[in-house]
This record gives sequence, structure tokens and C-alpha cells, in this order.
Amino acid sequence: MLGRLTLAAIPLDQPIPLIAAALVGLVLLAVMAWIVFAGHLPYLWREWITSVDHKRVGIMYTLLALVMLLRGFSDAILMRSQQALAYQAPGYLPPEHYDQIFSAHGTLMIFFVAMPFMIGLMNFVLPLQLGVRDVAFPTLNSVSFWLTATGALLVNISLVVGEFARTGWLPYPPLSETAYSPGVGVDYYLWSLQISGVGTLMSGINLVTTILKMRAPGMTYLRMPMFCWTALASNLLIVAAFPILTATLAMLILDRYLGFHFFTNEAGGNVMMFNNLIWAWGHPEVYILILPAFGIFSEVISTFSEKPLFGYRSMVMATMAICLLAFMVWLHHFFTMGAGGDVNAVFGVATMIIAVPTGVKVFNWLFTMYGGRIRLDTPMLWAIGFVVTFTIGGMTGVMLAIPPADFVLHNSLFLVAHFHNVIIGGVLFGGFAGYTFWFPKAFGFRLHEGWGKAAFWCWIVGFYVAFMPLYLLGLMGMTRRMQHYDDPTWHPWLIVAAVGAAIILAGIICQVVQLFVSIRQRASLRDETGDPWNGRSLEWSTASPPPAFNFAVLPEVHGEEPYWGIKQRAHEQQHLDNTPDYEPIDMPRNSPTGFVCAFFATLVGFALIWYMWWLAIVGLLGAYATFVVFAWRNRVEDVIPAETVARIDQANRRARARALETLEVAS
Amino acid sequence: MSSASTFAAPESNGQKSRSGGDPYQLGRDAGRDDGSTGRGSGGPAPKRIVVGYGFWIFILSDIIMFAAFFAAFAVLKDATAGGPSGMQLFDRRNVGVETVCLLLSSYTCGMASLAMLRKNQLWFHVAMLATAVLGAMFLGLEFKEFADLVSRGAGPSRSAFLSAFFTLVGCHGLHVTCGLLWLLTMMAQVFAKGFRDDILRRTMCFTLFWHALDIVWVGVFTVVYLMGVTT
Amino acid sequence: MSLPKLLVRGALAWSTRITAGLLGFLLAGCQARVLDPQGPVGVAERMILLNALAIMLCIVVPLIVAVLGFAWWFRTGNPKARRLPEWSFSGQIEIVTWSVPLMAIMFLGGIAWFGSHELDPGKPLSSEKKPLDVQVVSLDWKWLFILPDQKVASINSLVVPVGTPVRFALTSASVMNAFFIPRLGSMIYTMNGMVQKLNLQADHEGTYDGLSSHFSGDGFPGMHFTVRAVPQAEFDAWVEAARGSGPALDENAYTSLARQSMNVPAATFRDVAADLFDRIATQQIPPGPGPDQTDPQSKISPKAGG
Repeated sequence: MLGRLTLAAIPLDQPIPLIAAALVGLVLLAVMAWIVFAGHLPYLWREWITSVDHKRVGIMYTLLALVMLLRGFSDAILMRSQQALAYQAPGYLPPEHYDQIFSAHGTLMIFFVAMPFMIGLMNFVLPLQLGVRDVAFPTLNSVSFWLTATGALLVNISLVVGEFARTGWLPYPPLSETAYSPGVGVDYYLWSLQISGVGTLMSGINLVTTILKMRAPGMTYLRMPMFCWTALASNLLIVAAFPILTATLAMLILDRYLGFHFFTNEAGGNVMMFNNLIWAWGHPEVYILILPAFGIFSEVISTFSEKPLFGYRSMVMATMAICLLAFMVWLHHFFTMGAGGDVNAVFGVATMIIAVPTGVKVFNWLFTMYGGRIRLDTPMLWAIGFVVTFTIGGMTGVMLAIPPADFVLHNSLFLVAHFHNVIIGGVLFGGFAGYTFWFPKAFGFRLHEGWGKAAFWCWIVGFYVAFMPLYLLGLMGMTRRMQHYDDPTWHPWLIVAAVGAAIILAGIICQVVQLFVSIRQRASLRDETGDPWNGRSLEWSTASPPPAFNFAVLPEVHGEEPYWGIKQRAHEQQHLDNTPDYEPIDMPRNSPTGFVCAFFATLVGFALIWYMWWLAIVGLLGAYATFVVFAWRNRVEDVIPAETVARIDQANRRARARALETLEVAS
Repeated sequence: MSSASTFAAPESNGQKSRSGGDPYQLGRDAGRDDGSTGRGSGGPAPKRIVVGYGFWIFILSDIIMFAAFFAAFAVLKDATAGGPSGMQLFDRRNVGVETVCLLLSSYTCGMASLAMLRKNQLWFHVAMLATAVLGAMFLGLEFKEFADLVSRGAGPSRSAFLSAFFTLVGCHGLHVTCGLLWLLTMMAQVFAKGFRDDILRRTMCFTLFWHALDIVWVGVFTVVYLMGVTT
Repeated sequence: MSLPKLLVRGALAWSTRITAGLLGFLLAGCQARVLDPQGPVGVAERMILLNALAIMLCIVVPLIVAVLGFAWWFRTGNPKARRLPEWSFSGQIEIVTWSVPLMAIMFLGGIAWFGSHELDPGKPLSSEKKPLDVQVVSLDWKWLFILPDQKVASINSLVVPVGTPVRFALTSASVMNAFFIPRLGSMIYTMNGMVQKLNLQADHEGTYDGLSSHFSGDGFPGMHFTVRAVPQAEFDAWVEAARGSGPALDENAYTSLARQSMNVPAATFRDVAADLFDRIATQQIPPGPGPDQTDPQSKISPKAGG
């Protein structure tokens, strides 16, 4: 009945995960109790859980990412403190626990922090920037989000029921095969990624279709904001790369569940094929994460320099070049496999070529700042911190791309420092910049500047203190994933790195405080005009927060910075354009399909991990039934009457007219 | 100011002077409206286009997944671990009949979409039913082949080659199974709701899916059953 | 504190940090094994590493300075700064921004191309001396070194004659590992059913640490070994001593050795079955077993039968 699940699966001998999980559980219970007793549940269900509005889905994605960031970061703290303590000593984490922690840290940070952070921002911003009312497939969007949440949930369930993978964030066989990892850890990994991978793939399809087929009248490709371009590149990569991940994990699942021999030592299995397949997905994945961040920085640097982006077409070319090259370099993740000089050389050089378009981007950001009127608000600080940090990370990346150099640096802490350098300095800083930049658009009030700046300084100082020692440790021959070590020269640097992690913790605390303070002081941080940063693209032309339909009348685009053009014109004519004719708007109806589907997906995943076959079948039937019920609906859209549209838009127009007046008085 | 109405004037002032030093329009402000359509000038595409386009992208991603299984098959083709090879195992007659079934089902599926365009319930159901029967026959034959292989001791656990074979062909079979389920659901929907716009779009996606399975099968047939049996 | 002050402070902090980092590199030279190689392979790799770093620093340092400089100079509060609110294209600058990275990468690409052929792990080292053959098997979780010509073997310790090329043939008994002696150069993966080739040489006498640099399971951090590079005479004496002591390594002894064990002390074997390595590499001896789930001490969840 319960498969291989017994009470013994609860790790009573490991107090740390149990206590942590109990605390998280208590907090969750408290929050849920508050929601229920304060009567917020109907609101939450109606307006968020069943919402198919791209803005709400985007916000939920971002929230998921931030919550998972806390979980992933606590793993990081555990790892850094373990390594600071474990010099000629066992430390406080036994190997079987430490191995789970670094595996979970990588898995969570990539799949459930970086991915939902970027996808959330794209979801929220893209339709607004493109001047349309929603993504191409709104209900599918909600399904995507909830499937991602399912994956995150399964990873976290492994804290208290069973164990997580002890194989690293990529489960290299044969270690991940049943013979060497007979526990449920790898199965948790596989099913949570399969389920969330489906969500990611659908989200990629959705956003590609949105960008290519749903743009405001007049928005040609070369008038799209840079963020739309990088999002297009990123989502094309999702569509092309994630199926490879699905196939690869499916092969490993078949090996583990049905005794197939794709990657086993026995019967002709081929371990090297796994490495090739997983990195054929894994390397594009890196660009899936970093490209949207590039787009965010392009928007931020241009807006806060009060200048158009320098070399727009160059940037577009560079973005698409990176998109293409991303698929041609996967082998650099295993130069040390002995592929031979020719193969290594070709992939080494191909890897370095990516540095060219990336370098062009950095130069273009530099010249965007040149001649600007730079406002050093928090988003801009993240952007400057990014350019500096990412440049260093890119440099060490090129070093690793030289095969003979990689022969001594591969798998060392130098490598760990490099990819944290580009992922924290690139993706995470990008996420934070975008979070601060678009927060007022999403909620109608800004985030507190002081706490934001404090968070930035803690993060950047903490980052350098934590990761520069790791570069050095890599050169000192320390390899990654060491639960303990005996080398006295490594010890001081690992203590420094732990201090760095503590400084980053201070940054995270600042961010939490910032959120609370901002919500409390929302009245004074209110964004009346919908355009708090003097923005240039269409998302700033609508109210903050935008109405459900985004735009009362679809904007017509005549230039590359449409909203900047509107403002220029309004300023010259000294009044707004005439009131448009409002028409009723059809908006897709909310639907619990995504949530219900994810509920069944959770059942399926959990059942498969624990060999409860009947439950898996129940879950699959439930998911199918959910879709049939969805397909059988008769009314799929709600009509927003023209009067409501007019009333909402008039309020927005009044706010802008006031802003225009103050501007004229000031000038 | 309102988002849309304010775009009355076609040119905004702040953007004129920039292209002066940029004769080849490489910099910003080069995307001047040249009046051409089809590049986003006309606003969001109609729903039918959007849905079809999105589904095409899904099919492409699905084909990439198959490509990974094809690649695995190509890598493991000779990893028979002392077990039987494709030459010793495959019965081309059976596979030939399977292929005929599937190709015919694509034809009847095309008939169904023609009937759908004419809103003819009867012919739609007849053609869809024929598609379903042919699809089921294909699956039955495939199942027979698999059962036969397993009974001869050539199951997927025998060797890496057979793992790859069963996965590639089985993955296609799984797609056909899902396609059948979808087909029956669409028939029920058309029967219950008639040719509503959203149902038309879904049926269009289904036919795209079914034809794509055909194309993948052509690949499977070529790579596994023709190239796979040569040495 | 006002923002400009913060920024100045930040910029200062950055530049000091970068300088300190560079100094750290030099100061740590005595500990940074990768930058203090003791053999020709490591020396060549260090040169490539430092060359690449120097070339890139020529671009990266001015770039970082310019970013911080521009951000500071063009701040809103600076009345002296030139404002170009509509400037967004310059053909000359575009040419420079594409060609500078391109040229740097062409140069580095050349280094990479020649380097990966010159330093391919399988390429024999040129030397007048006849290379020493060493067969390496990564086990869960220890290293087995077989000297086929000397017919002795050792666990977690390797003795080689100084100045003589060592020709490694490597395989794994179970999961993937990577064989790495930081002071001698190149690492390489070990995989079951496959033989990898690696050529290294120690030019100076000494004891060098070696380790597995690819995670392989719970016992991974204890999977290190020592390499002693000694004069030929001492090496011969060591071989003699090894021949006279310790157990023999036949297939049975190997099978019990292949079971999982952690933090294994160094040991030697006086005699080795002649084709042992080949039989491991060709899987005639089955791969080493994984963890035993039925063991009550097992750390696997769920436990078998539970």
C-alpha cells in the first residue's frame, strides 16, 4: 500500500533537517491558520491561486524563488560552516548529510531560485513591455507555475521523508545508479526535476509564442525593448534544451526503475553519454539564466542613465549570437575525460568565442553610461556591481575554457568560485535589480531605498569575501565537495569564506527587513504616476499596479522607446492626447486547473518515489480529468465592460496629467 | 496619460537627430516603421494563429526530445553486451504493417480535419474513428513485437542496445497512446459541444500532433529498422 | 552617509580588494600548488594559466576602472559632466567593442589550440629515460596503484623515481573519480570499463599530495594519497622492500578490497596477478559493489526490508 515508505524513512537521527523542517512547517501552519481565520482564503483562492493573470503568476514565481533562496542559502551557510570547522575533524555534518546538502543547494539554487526568478520577471514584464494584455496561453502559464512549485515542494519533502540525492546537483552515473545510490534521494531529484521541467518547457513555449506573435501594433522586432530580446533568446533556449534534460532524466529513471542499461557499468551502458547529454542541456541552461539578467541590466542602465541603450542592434546581435553558441560548447564541462587534443581544442576555442558577444555587451553598457545623467538608485547599484563582478567571473571563465588550464582547475574550488561569480554576480544581481526596478509596477509602491542599499553593500562585500578565497583555494589544489580535509593551509581561507557567507546573510536580512519596512511605509512610498523611475518602455505607461487588462486600448508603437516618445510629446504639447474610445475587453477567466493539476502531480511524484504504484495511477487519472473538466468549460472569458475600463483608465490619465503639471511648474 | 491614445503623432521629436551619424542604421532608432506587415506591425495575431504557432513550437521541442533518444540509440546500437543484435531480432514484415497503419491513420486524420472545416459531424466522427482504429492497430502490433522480444529473452534489461531500442520505440508508442486518448477526448467534445471555436483549435493541434508522430515514425523506421539492422 | 561617500568607499574597497587579491596570489605562491608545479606538465600549464590571466587583465582592469569612473563622473550631481541624452550609436566605438574582445580571444584561442594538443594527457613526454608504467584503479574510496613491471602494488601511496616520465593507465572499479596530483599537473577522470592515459613527471624530489577531484560518494573526502618522488636507487630499494612484505594481490584479495571503505591507510602488496588491471578494465572482474542496504549501520534511506 505504501510502497517502500515506512516510519523509518523519517530521519530521526538527523536533528538539523528535522528541526529546520519543523520550524518551516510551523511557520507555514501559522501563515495558513492566519489566512483561514482572518478570512483571506477566498481572496487568496480567487485572486491568486486560480489566477491566470500573467502579472500574478509572475509575482508568484518570484515569491517562490525568494522563499527557495532562503532554503538554498541556509544550505550554503551549513556548507561554509562545516568546511570552516572540518579541518582534521569531522565537523558537525556527517558525510551522508553533507552530501545531501550540497546536492540540494545546487539543485534548489538553479532550478527553484534562479529559474523561477527569471521566469517570474519575464512573465510579469514581457506582456507589459510588448503592449499586450496577457501571455499567449494564460491557463498554461498557471499550470507551468504550479508544476514548478510541485518540484520545489518535493525537494523540500525529502528533508523529512527519506533523503535527498547525495550525488551533486547533476547526478553523474554510475554513482546515481541503483547499485551505488539505492536510496530514494536520487528518485526525489529525478521526479521533482521531471515535473518542474515540464512546467519550465511549457513556460518557454508560452513566452516564445507571446514574443513572436503577440506584440502591440507597430512593435516590430527591432523596436522590442532589449529585455524582450534577451527573454526571446532565453526562451528559445528553454524550448531547445529542456527536452534534452527530460530525455536524459527519463533514461536514468528507466535505469533505476526498470533495470535498463543506459548509464550502468554493466551490459554496455555508457557513462560518457550521460555527461554529453546532461551538458547538452546544462550549458544552454547557463545562458537561459544569464540572458534575461542581461536584459534587465540593459533596461536598468539605460533608464538610470536617462539615455537610450548604446548600440541596440549590436546588443541584439550579441544576444542572438550567444543563443546560438550556447549549444556548441557543452564539452568544456569535461575536458578532463580524455577526449583528445582536437576535440578539446575545438570546444575550448568555441567557448572562448562566447566571450566576444559578452564582451560587446559589457562595452555597450559602459557606453550607455557615457554622457548619461546617472541616478545611483538601488537597481543601478546592482547593475554597476554586476558589470564589475561579472567581468571578473567572465575572465576566470575564459581561463577555465583553455583545456590545459582546465586540467589543473577543473572541479576545484576555482571552478566553484567562477560559477558563483557569474551566477550570483550575474543572475542573482540581475534578479535583485529587476525585483527593485519593477516592484513599484507590481504593487504600486517602491521598496525602501536605504535598506535596499544596505542589502546591496552587504551582498557585494559578502560575495567578494566569500568567493575570492575560493579562487585561491582552487589554486591551492582544494577540490569541491569535501566534507572534511587535512590540509592546514586551506583552513584560514575557508574561515574567511564563512565570514563572507555571514556578510551575505546580513544582506539577506536587510532584504527581508526592506520588504517589511516598505509594506509598512507603503503610503509614503506610493507610486502615483505609474512611472517612478522616468522609464522608457511601455510598462511604465500604465498604472501601478496595472489593471487586469494592462492597457485600456492597445498602444500603437512608432519608435523604439515608445513611452519615452509619449512623454516627450506630452511635454511639448503640454497636454495629454485625447481620450480614446473605450471598448469592452475580454479577459480569460481564472481557473483552478493549474493548482489542481499540480496537486495530482505531487501525488504522482511522491507515489513514484516511494513505489506506490496505485497512487501514481490515481494521480495521473486525476490530472487527465482536470484537463477534461477544463476543456469542457462553456464560458472561457469574462467581459470587462467599457465603463469599467474607462473609469480605471481615467484615474490613470488624471494621475499623469497631475504629473505633467508638476513637471511644467518645475520647469 | 493613457497608454494608447497618446500615440496620435507618428513621429516623436526626441528621436529624429540620432540616425545622422549612422548611415547603415546599426544603432538605435533604426526600426523605423517601414509599413511592412507581418513583423508585428499589425498587433497581436488572431487566436487561431497563436494557438497553432505555440503548438508547432511544442512539436519542435518534442522532436528535440526524440532526437536525444535517437542519439542514445545511435551511441548504444552496438552495445549488445553479447546479446542479440537488431539483425537477429527485428521482423520487418510486422514493422511494415505497423507503418502502413500509421500512415493510413494520418490520411484519415487529414480527412477528419477536412470534415471539421466543413462542420460535418458525421464524416468527422467516421474519419476520427478510423484514425483511432488504425492507431490502435499500430499499438497492438507494436505491443506484439515487444512481447515477442521479451519472451525471447531480449527485453530492455538485456543490453544497452535493447534499452535504447525499447525506449526510443516505446516513447513513440507512448506518444501514440496519448494521442489516442486525446483523439477520443476530442471526439467526445465535438459530439457534446459541436464545432466551437476553441474546440476547432484543439482539434487542429491534435491533427498537427498526429502528423508529427508520423514523421517521427518515419525516422524510427529508417534509423532503427533499416539502418539498425545493417552491420 | 551620503551616497557619493558610499560609492567612493566602495570603489576604494574594490580596488584594494583586487590589489590584495593579486598580492595574495604572489604571497600564496608557496602554498598554491597549482602555481608551484614540480614537473614539466604542471610548469607548462601554469605558464598558460598566467599568460591568459595577464592578457585578460589588460582588458578587464581598464574596463572595471572605466565602469566605476563613468558611473561616478556622470552622476546626476556632477555639473561638469557632459550630457549626451540622445547619443546611442557610434560606428567607431562599435568596431572597437567588437574587435578588442575578438582579437583577445583569437590570441587566447591560439594558446588554447596549441596547448590542448601539446599538453594532451595521453601524449608521451619526451625524455631519454624509459617511462615507468603505473596502473591506477580508483576504488570506493581509495586508490590502488599497480606497478606492472615491478609486480608490486600499493594503496593510497605511490613512489616514483624522480626525473622519469610516468605513464599512467587509469580505470575505475566502480563510480567515476578524477585522478589529480596538483603539483604535477593534469587531472583525468577514471571510469569503469575504460582506460584513460596520463603522462606526468616529477622533476624534484619531494612528497606531493594527490586526491580524487571528482565527487564519488560518502568516502570521497578521505580519498587522498601521497606521491613520493625519490632517486632511482631509493625507488629500487622501495620496490625491493615492497616485494618482501605485505600480502599478495590476487583476484580474491582485490574483490575484498573493492568493497566500500573509508579513510584507508597506505599499504603495499608484494605480488600482483599479472593481468589484474586488464581484467578490471575489461570488466572481467565485475564492478565493485555499492553500499549494503541491509546493513543496520547503513546510512541509506530507506533501509532495505525496513
